[in-house]
Amino acid sequence: MAIEVRVPTILRSYTGGAKIVEGAGDTLTALIDDLDAKHSGLKGRLITPEGGLHRFVNIYVNDEDVRFLGALDAKVKDGDSITILPAVAGGALGFAAAAALLGSR
Amino acid sequence: MARYESLLDACGGTPLVGLPRLSPAVPEGAPPVRLWAKLEDRNPTGSIKDRAALFMVREAEESGHLRPGDTILEPTSGNTGIALAMVAKLRGYRLVCVMPENVSAERTQLLRMYGAEIIFSPAAGGSNQAVATAKQIAAEHPDWKMLFQYGNPANARAHYETTGPELLHDLPTITHFVAGLGTTGTLMGTGRFLREKVEGIQIIAAEPRYGELVYGLRNIDEGYVPELYDASVLTRRFSVGTRDAVLRTRQLIEVEGIFAGFSSGAILHAALAVAHEAAKEGRRADVAFVVCDGGWKYLSTGAYGGTLNDAEEALEGQLWA
Repeated sequence: MAIEVRVPTILRSYTGGAKIVEGAGDTLTALIDDLDAKHSGLKGRLITPEGGLHRFVNIYVNDEDVRFLGALDAKVKDGDSITILPAVAGGALGFAAAAALLGSR
Repeated sequence: MARYESLLDACGGTPLVGLPRLSPAVPEGAPPVRLWAKLEDRNPTGSIKDRAALFMVREAEESGHLRPGDTILEPTSGNTGIALAMVAKLRGYRLVCVMPENVSAERTQLLRMYGAEIIFSPAAGGSNQAVATAKQIAAEHPDWKMLFQYGNPANARAHYETTGPELLHDLPTITHFVAGLGTTGTLMGTGRFLREKVEGIQIIAAEPRYGELVYGLRNIDEGYVPELYDASVLTRRFSVGTRDAVLRTRQLIEVEGIFAGFSSGAILHAALAVAHEAAKEGRRADVAFVVCDGGWKYLSTGAYGGTLNDAEEALEGQLWA
């Protein structure tokens, strides 16, 4: 068994177009290192040069946000389902329009 | 609950009802685990957004940002627009909403009946197109006023001053508060209030997980975190997919007789998760969650009937929360 990782469209250029990839590791950091070994460049899109989780990246372990589970130190295990998603607010289109409007004033 | 001087004064004060059938069963003698629903569909326009709309308009009036006869411009996918339309009508403003095409027909019909004007941004273009549309409108109408619910402290304050105190009054034994995460106003305001008053309270977020069609992002750097959001207010945060949201929305009406929109189903999903954890660990829990709105505005999606697969397909590419 392995850890299943769901990759959003905008990062699938790193996975050869694959929507779901598999990885291994005890922690999120180890899992991301393992993924990066197979899909070079992926880590750089998830982790900042300072070593933290990218502000606009949300990662969920079995639907729970890892930022509340120890972030990159979050424990993962075989059979877990990991979902990577870009950070967006609910009502995604409204916020973008709102942010743009404010910015244009 | 009694009589009010006007509809605006009837905002808030919503009932908190127990869900004895959906609450997890615990062994004889074990501490009780109870679920409670805060029925925000009992607000003047039928959603929790009435609280934020009223507070944002009042604050803008007091600060002089809004003057009589002004036009308010609000990008919204639905409930905030409907709430603002009602407040704007009663307070004497014109409301123009910018919204994506892929929202339910009921929402646009309601907005128009309340007197709002709608400018659509094409769904196919995703957020990039919405940005372009908004920029164009702003350039053409520099005098229109924005309330900007994603960054407006009055949005969160509405919940700090009303939703939070109401919950504490009705359920002093509250251990968990679960709500949806969009603008983050409900969770930030209610969460801050409850954290100040209730030791050890858990504040739990449920965010809708849409299909990627809805987001239309080209890269990670186009992401957005609302200015109001402060992660330190939250204890946990769940992402809830369409299928789970639909399943729970149906359970809510089938088991407890509460007809709610799909965002409430997503919130119930998270509430049940923490309730079952507490029951398993033998801890007492009073889990209050938010029913954001009723299901009326989403009937045309067809997602209340048929199989879960059908429902999932029907909501694909739609903003259901």
